[in-house]
Amino acid sequence: MNLNLTLIGQMLAFVAFVVFCMKYVWPPILAAMAEREQKIAEGLAAADKASHDLEMAKEKAVERLKEAKEEAAGIIDAANRRANQIVDEAKDAAVVEADRVKAAAQAEIEQESNRAREQLRGQVAALSLAGAEKVLGASIDAQAHADIVDKLAAEL
Amino acid sequence: MAAAGETRTISEYIVHHLTNLTYGKLPEGFHRHDGSTVPEGGVWTLAHGGEEAAAMGFNAIHIDSMIWSIGLGVLFCWLFRSIAKKASSDTPSGIVNFVEVIVGFVDNTVKDTFHGRNPLVAPLALTIFVWVFLMNLMDLVPVDLIPYTLELIGVPYQKIVPSTDPNITMGMALGVFILMLYYSITVKGFGFVKELTMNPFNHPLFIPVNLFMEVVGLLAKPFSLGLRLFGNMYAGEMIFILIAALFSAGVAWMVPAGLMQIGWAIFHILVITLQAFIFMVLTIVYLSMAHEDH
Repeated sequence: MNLNLTLIGQMLAFVAFVVFCMKYVWPPILAAMAEREQKIAEGLAAADKASHDLEMAKEKAVERLKEAKEEAAGIIDAANRRANQIVDEAKDAAVVEADRVKAAAQAEIEQESNRAREQLRGQVAALSLAGAEKVLGASIDAQAHADIVDKLAAEL
Repeated sequence: MAAAGETRTISEYIVHHLTNLTYGKLPEGFHRHDGSTVPEGGVWTLAHGGEEAAAMGFNAIHIDSMIWSIGLGVLFCWLFRSIAKKASSDTPSGIVNFVEVIVGFVDNTVKDTFHGRNPLVAPLALTIFVWVFLMNLMDLVPVDLIPYTLELIGVPYQKIVPSTDPNITMGMALGVFILMLYYSITVKGFGFVKELTMNPFNHPLFIPVNLFMEVVGLLAKPFSLGLRLFGNMYAGEMIFILIAALFSAGVAWMVPAGLMQIGWAIFHILVITLQAFIFMVLTIVYLSMAHEDH
């Protein structure tokens, strides 16, 4: 166990290596590690925030869906009501139209029958005159008996 | 010492493995291994054997310890510097991850233990941890591989585990000790003197007793720090050498020796990591104590 100049040499080398480590090794490595640590912390925070945002978005989406469903139901209801209304209106219009057509037809029928009756009346007067001429065998003054025939005809 | 090629006894083999490659100044009049005598004024030369190394005293340097220790320190600096250049806040990969795990581990240890604000402590702890670990790691290289290879090309001695050299461990411990003294004085000022003289007996009469106890306690710190690492690594290396020596005891010993070698190596992985960690933690604790004003 000889203590000699090696002791001094080792001390000098020790100082040199420690100074080198302190200047050129330690600070850059530690800075990089600290920076990465910060980056990771930021990343984790961002992930947390993103998942929170996602949750909120989901809630919002569900709400919107519910709203949309309600709206759709409302629209369908309104449409149904409107359709019923239209159908009812159409029914009413049809009934009115039908009544009008019926009334017009009845009026025409009446007119037609009146006309036929008038025609018939005229012909009855002539027929009865002719018949009476034949029955009497004599010429009956048409002029003289016209009022009788007319009375007859009116009774028809 | 026997020259390469001659048959060695077991003890020669062990001593050879525990001798550093020493370059130093032999005093004048010293009788060298080859019979010559050192001329007037001494001579700077490579030591041949422990006796010559001992005769050199303080004027010598362990070339192998210095080369391996500085080489491993440069390896640490180069590796971590290349990672530091690449470091970014993007996804890390491969070796960047590995380095960041070590840096993060050291940073956490420092934050847990050291509560002051000092930009030196964390890089210091990182350097100590990785450097000491790398130096200890050399213990896992088979004991004969590098020394024997170098011996073949003419290098007489080679100890490749720097932390089995007390000069290396004490050099680092003394560096830490100087930092301790520096921060004790700059942070506490006069409080440091008070701490040395008024503890544990707070009475003027006890100042000499207190001073003695506190100074011994203070000096014990760097010594225990450096010698703990040295002792552990030296003992570990010694066991590797003994196991390696077992291989020469005959064919019957090869299998048990191999198993022991593997077992001790696996256990040693734990030891070298633990010793590097302890050296780092104690450094942080001592510096933390130096910063705490009572």
